[in-house]
Amino acid sequence: MKLLVCIKQVPDLESRFKPDSEGVWYSESDLAWRMNEYDEFAVEQAVQLREKLGETVELTVLSIGPDRVVEAIKKALAMGCDNAVHIQDPVAAAKDPWQIASVIAVYAKDKGYDLIFTGMQSQDRGSAQVGVMVAEQLGYSSCTTLVGFEYDSGVVTAKRELEGGIKGVVKMKTPALVTCQLGLNVPRYPTLPNIMKSKKKEIITLAVSDLLTAEPLAATISFYSPTKKGGGLVLEGEVASLVDQVIGILKEKTSVLR
Amino acid sequence: MKTLLIGEYREGKLLESTYELLGFASQLGAETAFLLVANEFQLPAYDGMLYLADVDICGEYNPDLHKKLVLDAVKRENPDYIVFLHSSYGWDLAPRVAASLKVAQISEIIAIVPGGFEVGSCNAKMRRTVKPNGTKAVLTIQAGAFPSERTGTSPKVQKLTAESTGALEFLGYEAAEKKDVDLGKAEVIVSAGRGIGKKDNVPVIAALAKALGGEVGASRPVVDAGWVEHSHQVGTTGQTVSPKLYVACGISGAIQHLAGMKKSDFIIAINKDKDAPIGEVADVLVVADVLQFVPALTQKLQNV
Ligand SMILES: Cc1cc2nc3c(=O)[nH]c(=O)nc-3n(C[C@H](O)[C@H](O)[C@H](O)COP(=O)(O)OP(=O)(O)OC[C@H]3O[C@@H](n4cnc5c(N)ncnc54)[C@H](O)[C@@H]3O)c2cc1C
Ligand SMILES: Nc1ncnc2c1ncn2[C@@H]1O[C@H](COP(=O)(O)O)[C@@H](O)[C@H]1O
Repeated sequence: MKLLVCIKQVPDLESRFKPDSEGVWYSESDLAWRMNEYDEFAVEQAVQLREKLGETVELTVLSIGPDRVVEAIKKALAMGCDNAVHIQDPVAAAKDPWQIASVIAVYAKDKGYDLIFTGMQSQDRGSAQVGVMVAEQLGYSSCTTLVGFEYDSGVVTAKRELEGGIKGVVKMKTPALVTCQLGLNVPRYPTLPNIMKSKKKEIITLAVSDLLTAEPLAATISFYSPTKKGGGLVLEGEVASLVDQVIGILKEKTSVLR
Repeated sequence: MKTLLIGEYREGKLLESTYELLGFASQLGAETAFLLVANEFQLPAYDGMLYLADVDICGEYNPDLHKKLVLDAVKRENPDYIVFLHSSYGWDLAPRVAASLKVAQISEIIAIVPGGFEVGSCNAKMRRTVKPNGTKAVLTIQAGAFPSERTGTSPKVQKLTAESTGALEFLGYEAAEKKDVDLGKAEVIVSAGRGIGKKDNVPVIAALAKALGGEVGASRPVVDAGWVEHSHQVGTTGQTVSPKLYVACGISGAIQHLAGMKKSDFIIAINKDKDAPIGEVADVLVVADVLQFVPALTQKLQNV
């Protein structure tokens, strides 16, 4: 049985973002990078399945991006993926979700993956498209926003999260793709022995130009900060003085301090 | 310009959010047609063309089949834009339709702006304007971003049917977890976000809630990590609250959290990041470390 998990490396979301020189994406200077949060749930779920099913399963992690994404790939290997594919693309950020999806689909087409895991969305672009589009291009069944996952002899039982906390329960046969949501599991921290072991795992590097066949369908024309709605007061300074100011505001503006 | 709007129906009811699609179309100044997989006794307040598929046959969640219905309606109407809500139904179905038509999808639109559509980026801290390269596109709109609109009482109904492919089998709904606290009644809610760092710091937030005579709320990651019970979660997949005072401690202000608390009378946010999107709804943003500021505030309140 073959499993694939697709991960994206994204900036630490607590960073400050500035537009790049063309004003269509963020500038990459002064950013720290990490694995997209939703993709950690995808990796964890794939690793859990791999552990449950044992040695006959091969779990590959795939990421498209510049050389820095190898760091995220290494983390996935240390979490328990068996091997990796790095599709090298210095300008991955300029590709639209359709192109990213088709690169993954072209790569995966003749590999016979039974199950593909992706995040439900990337935190920087947030399009929530790539997973489902990969499945559509491969002709796989797919299901989004999983908060529950079970697999038994070729059948996936998935719990989808809906608004207001209700869940929808769905069954589908492999080959299938699932997109993973917060709450699906608790991603493990790689242990030191596993980090050491992962250094021996293979990372295949492919050039994106060999896999890219799709033209972009959409374009970002500008990237900018939201216009501040104003009105809100921003308080900065020493804690003691902030506390006094907040108590003053609570007394003046609310009825909670009677 | 013409839009095909895809409405939503769940557990036997037309969802109210469906009317936001009409609000979007009217801001766009576009003609409309609707597609709904529903029940003919519960039609939307709309006076245009409604393509109706029977929910008893087509199911509430059957993306392969619903995709076929959308593609059928697209063939009949030839719309410029096929518009979904960016909801559990919409984000699941929209990319399937976009991939079949090989047209752009633009996700979670918050505004119509010159040259394209505005969407959030980087966890809502930034914005992008995106435009489709072709003339047709699939769009999903953010819940609550556009006003609800009703246009009449009796749509012109055209029934659609499609064969089930049955790749997915829908087994049913599972109810939300029972609430042990009703945050809806609380006058003061002090919520913990991931910025509190670890479970051991929950009592710091609880102490402030107590000093203010309120309840503890939480953002979702705090609940998912098991620091606080689900019944305390505020947001689209938790509770919607509107207390007199909402204090957000170490919460970034993701749209799904804001949806649950932005109607509060007065909002104070404590965040070390001055640019955190919670600042957009907060009456007061205190730029500080929660673990320094909150205990200091609690202590002072106990002395007033
Ligand atoms: C379908 C769907 C449904 C969802 N439903 C919900 C929902 O119902 N409710 C919900 O809350 N979320 C929901 N989410 C998740 C949501 O998108 C965000 O991931 C979540 O709200 C973020 O929680 P947070 O603000 O606590 O964490 P983060 O986004 O990680 O923010 C932490 C914040 O704390 C600040 N911080 C860090 N350390 C400190 C410190 N020492 N002092 C002060 N500030 C600090 C940081 O600057 C940051 O702003 C949903 C997501 C999806 C996709
Ligand atoms: N550059 C990439 N490389 C590998 N996987 C990706 C990439 N971009 C997106 N994905 C996957 O697709 C999911 C959805 O991304 P998006 O459609 O951009 O919101 C992510 O959670 C990843 O699993």
